Amino acid sequence: MAGKIIAGVLSPHPPHLVYASNPPQNEPRSEGGWEGLRWGYERLNQSLFSHPDKKPDVILVHSPHWMTVVGHHVLGLPHFKGLSVDPIFPHLFRFQYDLKVDVDLSLLIAEEGKKEGLITKVMKNPDFRIDYGAITSCYLTRPEFDIPIVAISSNNSPYYFSNEVGQAQMEKLGRATARAIARSGKRAVLLASNSMSHRHFTTEPEIPEDMSFEHIYHHGQYLWDMEMLKLMKAGRSRQLVDSLPEFMDMALAEVKAGALTWMLSALGFPSYPAEVHAYGSVIGTGNAVVEWDHFKHAGGEVKI
Amino acid sequence: MKTRSEIRKLKTPGGSLVTACYVVPGLPHPLLASEKNAGWKRLRESMDQVRKEIEQSDAEMILYFSTQWLTVLGYLFQADPNPKWTLVDSNWHEFGSMPYEFKVDTKFASLYASEVKEMGHYTREVNYKGFPIDTGTVVAQKLLNPQNRIPAAMASCNMYAEKQETLSIGQAAMRAIEKRGLKTVVVCVSGLSSRYHTEEIPYGEDRFSSQKDDEWNQKILEILSEGRLEDVSEVAREYSRQANADMGFRGIWWLNGLVGKTNDFEGQVFGYEPVFGTGAGVVGLYPKRGIHSLPDWVNDEADLVERFSGDKKKTVETKPDVETKMETSSRGGVSSIVTYEAPKTAAGNVSSKKAPPPVGPYPHAKRVGDFLFLSGVGPRKPGTKDIPGVMVDAGGDVVGHDVVVQTRSVLENIQAVLEEAGSSLHDVVDVQVFLTDMKRDFAKFNQVYGEHFGYEGGPSPTRTTVEVTSLPTPICVELKVTAYLGKKS
Repeated sequence: MAGKIIAGVLSPHPPHLVYASNPPQNEPRSEGGWEGLRWGYERLNQSLFSHPDKKPDVILVHSPHWMTVVGHHVLGLPHFKGLSVDPIFPHLFRFQYDLKVDVDLSLLIAEEGKKEGLITKVMKNPDFRIDYGAITSCYLTRPEFDIPIVAISSNNSPYYFSNEVGQAQMEKLGRATARAIARSGKRAVLLASNSMSHRHFTTEPEIPEDMSFEHIYHHGQYLWDMEMLKLMKAGRSRQLVDSLPEFMDMALAEVKAGALTWMLSALGFPSYPAEVHAYGSVIGTGNAVVEWDHFKHAGGEVKI
Repeated sequence: MKTRSEIRKLKTPGGSLVTACYVVPGLPHPLLASEKNAGWKRLRESMDQVRKEIEQSDAEMILYFSTQWLTVLGYLFQADPNPKWTLVDSNWHEFGSMPYEFKVDTKFASLYASEVKEMGHYTREVNYKGFPIDTGTVVAQKLLNPQNRIPAAMASCNMYAEKQETLSIGQAAMRAIEKRGLKTVVVCVSGLSSRYHTEEIPYGEDRFSSQKDDEWNQKILEILSEGRLEDVSEVAREYSRQANADMGFRGIWWLNGLVGKTNDFEGQVFGYEPVFGTGAGVVGLYPKRGIHSLPDWVNDEADLVERFSGDKKKTVETKPDVETKMETSSRGGVSSIVTYEAPKTAAGNVSSKKAPPPVGPYPHAKRVGDFLFLSGVGPRKPGTKDIPGVMVDAGGDVVGHDVVVQTRSVLENIQAVLEEAGSSLHDVVDVQVFLTDMKRDFAKFNQVYGEHFGYEGGPSPTRTTVEVTSLPTPICVELKVTAYLGKKS
């Protein structure tokens, strides 16, 4: 039986949300904060895991904080355990992770990627530290860490060449991912671990979770975020992807790293509306938790 | 590029605490895979030579500034006295792991953080188990100071900081070194050109990603081999545009700031090789005179022309809707000039609406007695940010100037300021001329100048003409004028 894609999710990874949640794995303690986004993740969690036929077998995550120069890398060992410390916000995120990897699916993605003409590599060093972006998106989506993951690196081609070159590569990677999922026979959720507009403040308040300081960095980037969310809600994903290069330049959008394009490509550029579970700012950046419920709208069918 | 293998006995002239400065690459290939490529092996041997120099010196601290330790929120300083981890590079994980355990001078970290904080920047001393030390710092420390013989200090590189800020952060390091009172070797971990191969290559067949990058790298190394750090710092932006220098060559700015912006070094290039397409050079810079912190360190105007770098408020303009776009990039800087309202309140100040606004907090002119002193005047058009006579390429980069057009525009601006003060070119008694390219522009400039001052019966002021490395905006000529408004003899 062919595999299915249960959902695609725009799944931002500010470590602040983990910090604010006070999970036992994270050493720093907080008094809360950023509830709007965290409650959005709770709604996502309900949507993904409360339906008995919908529960995924695997979570795929594409994170900009595993940056690679040569090609697209996937984790190639079944188990990773360690301490992840955010290099920018070490006072907020020092997280003990323990996660399983669906190596079979990783290998299929690497294989299908090669068929698309991409360079793919399988990471097999047991000392490798999983990046905080992937951990944060996975934790917020499924705090139990009881579902195997596939983590995919972010190739730096959009920074090295251009937004358009990066987009083209991610479309290919999305198609390869979809075929790999279909071949695997598994039910998958795809996490595009990106914020939206990404200009941010360069200082923070004494109490990081002091919400009286939190707001979008600039009205212009808020307008850009709203324009993009409008396209998502209208199901105009092709137009959305066509608009992304400009969005990346105008709002320094983190989707430049390619995760959103990868995810929408894997879903076959859906024309059904996405559900925005939450939108909010984190240290001035724009973040939205958005779900494309592929199970509900397309029966989870993988278009290949 | 000629390289040398001389190992020097390091000295500290003039009572300085800085023993030597080095620029070294930070990719893991020389450390983990030197047997796979002859060039990587030679780089490792070059690093070994530097290691021996340091070991034979009386240095008491080794300070690292790595362009791979990137921060976006101020500056971080390693404050764990004994950081310990096993690092795996995110891209070259197949080369294996890099276990490390370092000895860190935490007192220096506190002093350096305090200095930077006093400058108004966000700072954090990081003392967290498992904090990720970047590949560049780890590689350098493992190759240059493998036994932790000398305590290390490690500082981050803010990826949004432009030249002036990075220079100032470097100078703050010098102040911290003096407060700490330890003889210090300074290591800037930075690559040269940073265009990688984007496909797998056989390890033995590494090469520079382009001849142009190689040529630029060699040019930069040649200047460094003459000890001209300040000069390299000045051309860093152009080098970055041409050869995609590692993180805009910020590391060189930092180093140049630390030593007080000077060319007073002996230089030595130990090695230069391609590493996965990028340029990797190992360079030593040995001070010829004592290096000390500068108590009167002030910002110059270099950064008034800023390039877009991510979060600078001044580059963002609010527009009424998303159809009209925010201003983003002006790589030549022409449209991102920051101008100031000329101060008008001080006695004698002259400000003209017909002249372009100043690019700093100064008036157009000041009258003292019968003399009128004009601030330096460039060719920018009043009421706009346009500079005539600037040639840009398709990407917006400045590729040349027309000195005739710019000189005429400068003189028009000077006339406007003089007229505001009830004066004219006829009252000018002294002119100082600043040209950025004397050889190319002097004759053409002289011709235009003569039309305004040199004709029979003209004002014929005294004049001094000098060539300068750069001017605050992308211009090639600036004039500083003094006029006499008293009774004519």
